[in-house]
Amino acid sequence: MTVRDALNSALEEEMTADEKVYLLGEEVGQYNGAYKVSKGLLDKFGPKRVIDTPITESGFCGLAVGSAFAGLKPVCEFMTWNFAMQAIDQIVNSAAKTHYMSGGNVDCPITFRGPNGAAAGVAAQHSQCFAAWYGSVPGLKVVSPWNSEDAKGLLKAAIRDPNPVVVLENELMYGISFPMSEAALSKDFVLEIGKAKIEKEGTDVTIVAHSRSVGFALEAAQLLEKEGICSAEVINLRSIRPLDTETIIKSVKKTNRLVTVEGGWPQYGVGSEICAQIMESEAFDHLDAPVVRVTGADVPTPYAQNLEAFAFPDTEVIARVVKRTLNKKIGA
Amino acid sequence: MDLILYEAQRQGRISFYMTNAGEEAYIGSAAALEPEDEIFGQYREAGTLLYRGFTLDQFMNQCYSNDMDLGKGRQMPVHYGSKALHFQTISSPLATQLPQASGAAYAIKRSGKKNCVMCYFGEGAASEGDFHAALNIAATTSCPVIFFCRNNGFAISTPANEQYKGDGIASRGVGYGMHTIRVDGNDVWAVYKATQEARKIAVEKHKPVLIEAMTYRVGHHSTSDDSSAYRSKKEVEDWKRHDNPMVRMRKWLESKGWWDEARENAHKATQRTAVLKSFAAAEKRKKPAVSEMFNDVYDKLTPNLIEQKKELEELIKKYPAHYDTSNYAKEN
Repeated sequence: MTVRDALNSALEEEMTADEKVYLLGEEVGQYNGAYKVSKGLLDKFGPKRVIDTPITESGFCGLAVGSAFAGLKPVCEFMTWNFAMQAIDQIVNSAAKTHYMSGGNVDCPITFRGPNGAAAGVAAQHSQCFAAWYGSVPGLKVVSPWNSEDAKGLLKAAIRDPNPVVVLENELMYGISFPMSEAALSKDFVLEIGKAKIEKEGTDVTIVAHSRSVGFALEAAQLLEKEGICSAEVINLRSIRPLDTETIIKSVKKTNRLVTVEGGWPQYGVGSEICAQIMESEAFDHLDAPVVRVTGADVPTPYAQNLEAFAFPDTEVIARVVKRTLNKKIGA
Repeated sequence: MDLILYEAQRQGRISFYMTNAGEEAYIGSAAALEPEDEIFGQYREAGTLLYRGFTLDQFMNQCYSNDMDLGKGRQMPVHYGSKALHFQTISSPLATQLPQASGAAYAIKRSGKKNCVMCYFGEGAASEGDFHAALNIAATTSCPVIFFCRNNGFAISTPANEQYKGDGIASRGVGYGMHTIRVDGNDVWAVYKATQEARKIAVEKHKPVLIEAMTYRVGHHSTSDDSSAYRSKKEVEDWKRHDNPMVRMRKWLESKGWWDEARENAHKATQRTAVLKSFAAAEKRKKPAVSEMFNDVYDKLTPNLIEQKKELEELIKKYPAHYDTSNYAKEN
C-alpha cells in the first residue's frame, strides 16, 4: 500500500468511526486533495465533513482550533507545513497552550497534518522541515511517519488523541509502496505516539532517523553490511515529541556509537536534541565516540536540481559518516 | 470591582488589571444572549461574565492566581474562563479568538443546537489578519457567529484615526458579504436590541453578523499604561460628562421612577462591601499546589514530565530551606 493510500484509509476509517471527526483545508474536497491524500472523502462523507476553505491558513486553522474547543475533532490539512507558518500562532499559542492555560478546562482534540520537509524542485519556501520547531513546544505531540504502516497507525492515533497533534508527512513518500501486515490493515490499527521502532537490529552503531531519512539510513546500513564494514542498528523515531529516548539509550548501550540523521537544518535540530539528551543520560558512559549528526545543509533549499540534491542527506552521506565514526576511539 | 482591583495592582497586590470604564453598556449584548451561547472575548468584557453569574470570589481568585482559581493560576489577571458559563478562557494574542469563534459556531451549527457564538474584540484587534480571515470564513462557511466590535477610540495609545483609514470596522463587514450594523455603544438598549436582532439572524439563518459599537475608553489601556501620555485629561473628563453609559442608564431609570439617589448610594455601599470581602478572602488564600505546574500540558503526564516532577519533589524534600512551599496549597 502506498503512504498516500495508508493516510487515506486512516482518514476514512476515523471519519466513519466518529462523526465528530472532519477534514478541512485548501483543495481537500472537490479537488480530492492537492496531493490526492483525501481522494474520495468528499464523495463519501459530504460537504459537512470535508470542507474546502478559502485561502487563509490563519482563518481555517483558527476555525479548526475553535471548533475543537467546542467539541469537534478537526483534521486540519496544510497544503505544506511551510504555509502553516501563517497559522503558527493558532497552533502554538492557542492549540498547544490552551488546555494548560485554561486550568484543564478547555480541550483541543485537533490533528494538524500535511507534507513537511524536502520535496522536488520547489525551492526554499516549499521545502523546510518543521520537526524541530514544533518538537520544542510543550502541549503539542509531534509525529513523523516514514512508511505506510507508520502513516496509517500514527495518523489514526493522532486523530484519536485528545491532545493537539502535529503530523509531519513527506510528499516524496506519498507515492511509495510498502508491504502492510494483516494487523496494519485492520480498522483499529494504531501506533503508540512516543514510541520509536527498531527497523533493523545491529551491533556496531546506532543510526536514528525520522521520516524519509529512515529509508536512506536502512540503505546505508545494508551497504555497510554488504561491504563487511559494520552491522548497524536503525531506529525509526516515528515520534518527535514525546521523544523515545529510552529506546535510543538502550541501543547505544549495546552498540556504543550513535549517528543521527534528519532532513532538517543542523542548528537547534532533532539531532541536536538527541545529542543533548544522550549526553545527559547514562548512555554517555557507553559511548566510544562522540555522537555525530547528519542533517540538511545550513542553507535555504536551493532550486537547481544538483544543488538541491546536495542540500539533503542521502545513503552515501550517511554511510560515509558512519564509517568515519567507526574509526574514532576515545582518547585516540 | 474595577476600582478596587485597579488600586490593588497599584499597591502591588495583584500584578495586572484592566478596567471597563466608559464601555459598560456592552453588558446589553450579554443580556440578549442565551446562557449556552458561547462567548469568545478579548479582555475587556468581564461584565458579560458578571451578567452570567460569575461570582466576585471567582473574579478575585483568578486575579490573585490562588488555589481556587478555575484557571489554576496559569494566566495573568483578567484572563478569565468558565466552562459552566460558556465563556471561553481569554487568550492574550489579539484577534486569535475571531476565527476560533467561527469554528465554534461551525460546531454549534453541526450539532443542530439553536445557539450562536458571541465574539468580542476592539477596533485595534480588527487590523489583525485573523479578523479578515475569520469574517471571510464565517461568511463562506455560514457560521452562526456575532462579531461584536467595541470601537472605543484607542488601541493603547493608537487613536482610531491612525488604526484605519476606512469607514470604521462596519464597512468591512459589508465587504465580506455580512449583515452589519453600527450602534451607539453607550446606549445599553441599542446594544441590547442590535444583539437581539443579530442573534436571530445568526441562529435562524446560520449567517454571521457584524456589530460595531461606538464607545470611548475612559480608563487607561491597563495598569501598564498612563493615558495622559497621549491624550488630555480634559478629553477624558468631557467624555465622562457628556456621554457616560452609566449615567445615561441611571437617568433613564430615574425617569421611570425605578431608581433614586438613596438607592444608588445603598447599592454602591453594598457592592463595595461585597467586593472588599471577596478581595480580602482571595488575598489570604494560598497559591495552587506545586504539582499543578506539570498538569494539563497534555491530558496525561508524559514520561519526561513524570521524571521532572519526581526530580522536583525530591529536591524540595531534600532542601526544604531552599524550596519554601508554605505559600502553596498542600498536594492532594
